[in-house]
Amino acid sequence: MSSDHHDSKLAHHFDDLEQQFDANKFGMWVFLLTEILFFSGLFVAYATYRSNHPDVFQYASQFLDTNLGAVNTAVLLLSSFTAAWAVRAVQLGQKNLVTTLLGITVLCACGFMAIKYMEYSHKYHEGLLWGNAEHSIFKENTADVASSVREHGHHWGDVKDLDPEFRRQTGIFFGIYFCLTGLHGIHVLLGIILMLWLMRRNMRGDFSPEKYDAVDCGALYWHLVDLIWIFLFPLLYLIS
Amino acid sequence: MSDSHDHSSAGHVLSLKMLAGTFVALLLLTALTVATGKMDLHGFDLGVAMIIATIKATIVALIFMHLKWDRPFNGYIFLVAILFVGMFLAYVVVDTNTYQNDIKGWTKENISNSTAE
Amino acid sequence: MNTHASSVNYLNHETGFKSWFMTLDHKRLGLMYMWSTFAAMLLGGSFALLLRFELFSPGKDLVSKDVYNHLFTLHGAVMIFLVIIPSIPAALGNFVLPLMLGAKDVAFPKINRLSYHLYLIGAVLLVLAILTGGLDTGWTFYTPYSTSTDTSVVIAVFGAFVIGFSSIFTGLNFIATIHKMRPPGMTWFKMPLLCWALYATSVIQILATPVLGIALLLIAAERIMGVGIFDPALGGDPVLFQHLFWFYSHPAVYVMILPAMGVLSELFSTYSRKHIFGYSFIAYSSIAIAIVSFIVWGHHLYVSGQSALVSIIFSALTYTVAIPSAIKVFNWVATMYKGSISFTTGMVSAMSVIWLFGIGGLTGLWMANLSTDMHLHDTYFVVSHFHFVMVGSALFSYLGGVHHWWPKMFGVMYDEAKGRFWTIVSFLGFNLTFLPQFLMGTRGMPRRYFDYHPQYEYLNKISTIGAAMIGLAVFMIFWNLWRSLKTGKKASPNPWGAATLEWQCASPPTPHNFDEAPAVGDPYDMSLIQFKSDEEGYLPINPCEHDPLICKVESTEA
Repeated sequence: MSSDHHDSKLAHHFDDLEQQFDANKFGMWVFLLTEILFFSGLFVAYATYRSNHPDVFQYASQFLDTNLGAVNTAVLLLSSFTAAWAVRAVQLGQKNLVTTLLGITVLCACGFMAIKYMEYSHKYHEGLLWGNAEHSIFKENTADVASSVREHGHHWGDVKDLDPEFRRQTGIFFGIYFCLTGLHGIHVLLGIILMLWLMRRNMRGDFSPEKYDAVDCGALYWHLVDLIWIFLFPLLYLIS
Repeated sequence: MSDSHDHSSAGHVLSLKMLAGTFVALLLLTALTVATGKMDLHGFDLGVAMIIATIKATIVALIFMHLKWDRPFNGYIFLVAILFVGMFLAYVVVDTNTYQNDIKGWTKENISNSTAE
Repeated sequence: MNTHASSVNYLNHETGFKSWFMTLDHKRLGLMYMWSTFAAMLLGGSFALLLRFELFSPGKDLVSKDVYNHLFTLHGAVMIFLVIIPSIPAALGNFVLPLMLGAKDVAFPKINRLSYHLYLIGAVLLVLAILTGGLDTGWTFYTPYSTSTDTSVVIAVFGAFVIGFSSIFTGLNFIATIHKMRPPGMTWFKMPLLCWALYATSVIQILATPVLGIALLLIAAERIMGVGIFDPALGGDPVLFQHLFWFYSHPAVYVMILPAMGVLSELFSTYSRKHIFGYSFIAYSSIAIAIVSFIVWGHHLYVSGQSALVSIIFSALTYTVAIPSAIKVFNWVATMYKGSISFTTGMVSAMSVIWLFGIGGLTGLWMANLSTDMHLHDTYFVVSHFHFVMVGSALFSYLGGVHHWWPKMFGVMYDEAKGRFWTIVSFLGFNLTFLPQFLMGTRGMPRRYFDYHPQYEYLNKISTIGAAMIGLAVFMIFWNLWRSLKTGKKASPNPWGAATLEWQCASPPTPHNFDEAPAVGDPYDMSLIQFKSDEEGYLPINPCEHDPLICKVESTEA
């Protein structure tokens, strides 16, 4: 069944490299499918609350910084571009270029997380959190809002006058916002680890134009992280 | 081995021009969606934003993710995922929208009012 | 190929704890899954017996109310997450699928091993949850109770989350294996039907399980940080949780029953010594069930506040599940028709399932009906219905399959008379346990309570006696299998005369499965396999004896 010559690139249970490449890539696509469905639960929650409370989403979205969101989109697109280029480079056997491009991808991912951190800490200080969080200004009982937020939170004045149900729903918006971006952020962090691992393997000389499945699949994962952000950005930041 | 009637995507190299062009197109679409997001489109905001996002996603999937040259089945897997998410979303949104009128007014405040009466 | 003297096999070529725990061999992983599900079955089964003994008479007999709540939750969680879901797909599937495809292993052996380790981690987390406060939410983790009770929901939820990933990775592996590792000549419609069933199961696992993952993560987020997406006090919607939960958990019901149907197709054909009837109908009905399973989850929400519009749609769609299910049953019965049936333990299990699945499936229709379900929802009728499907059909098929492939796994024959006897006892015990529960349900006895009105007492007594019978019978079945490892007769490569590829390799197989590439043909064509008494098993007929003309042609050419 299998060829007699020993080939270290070929796992023992495959017949040839093409079968192995196909199987790996197929497996990766199936994994991406599970990732999409993993996120789907949160998208369903988003759609449910948005379709029932469009005014709340419109109101709450103004607290998000569109410019930072747009910059982050551009940063992720750039990283996707370098990841796709890295696949081209490994196909052409440009080993050093692969390392550089993967490095740029990692840098972009770190930049994305840095901007994300700025946004999160800003929200935390202003008390723009889900209803039950300690620092939230959307608390059930306005008297419970922490004094530090009452003093420093910029939007405290208008929020206090909101209808209680409206205020609760705004808290839900921020709950969804943090869950969606948080889960996406975890995927970015995993992507950084993945890219660093690929860089190390590349420098060790594991890849060649004949065998580069790992780089190809890693790039696919990274593009999916980008794809999800492409939808998150308008859904969260651009509600007018 | 079993599905191989067409060529595997192994070995298909994208030109740098194509990759860079895709990147620029994606950036332009991002600018467009930010611009339209700031305009008042009278209820079509969400639709326009989603159309642009879908175009961007399609470009990423077809070119960056090689689906255009890949085995068609990998693309079908992707479409199946989208289809099931769409179905899931449609059911739940239709359901919650339909029962929303039943629970509207049953906020905490109203319940405590009605029990007080 | 047919020699008994295959001394080096996958069981003995390496020894030691590490050679098992860190193995990449699908056969060893399958066996470890099997022992794990057996252990979990004893745990979950003892919970069930405690529950039944508590219900033997009204009032407190054995355990307190709180302990009862913990017990029924853990019985459900252990039996579903640790026994039934991994039973046929992970245990039997891992062992049999690559052999059926004539392959050396699954497509991603390392992911396969990871999947087993995740299963173990999940099991440890569930046990940890039992030790650190228990779990009393029911296995469904419904909000807002699950976000407010002070039991160890977070640990249990993470356990279920990790097991979910184990299930996803198994599904991913099987799909890739079936797509990419079939031998030349084995087209989709020459695959054994178990492969079709495992394929359909895997599709459900990869599409549905991630949604359970996110639903469970949100429960954890809600408990740890108070996010509020499912909490009405914070403006959240608890029905949304039920949608997320059942989008996974209804298809999960078919993760349990579909592979069982695949096993049954193999058993009926083999033990009737007849080609399976309606091959393509059975194959397509597996796929149909997988697809339909995704559009019926709302029938769990009829009394949860789901809107009437969506309930009506779900009710109508739920009926359609009956069509592919019935197609399978009719085809199995037609396979037996005029077959040469041997009443082995596997066949007795399979025939039990026709009865049990018939009842389980048909009572499902009563609850698909919107108005009937209003009365039956959350009564013992539901309990009985899903036990008929999940235990009566899925676990009986599992045990039937274990007996069927036991000679292949260990190279020994179990004691047929004892296996058959105890299988029949467990079948009778099962009916004794659960038929009275239909009556309790229609008379209004609600599920999940530790006490009941005295009018249900005699039904509960019968039910408890039946449960004790099942407990004894299952224990004896395991004992019979265990004993065969020491005293069993040596098994030939093909003791049953099946035509699928796994019977062409040695029993037990060598580490790399096949010494020579197996001959691919129709997986249910038994006309070319005949019993040889000196082999005590079946062998392919020499084509020369079968048709002398072939040999003449060959010899003249030579």
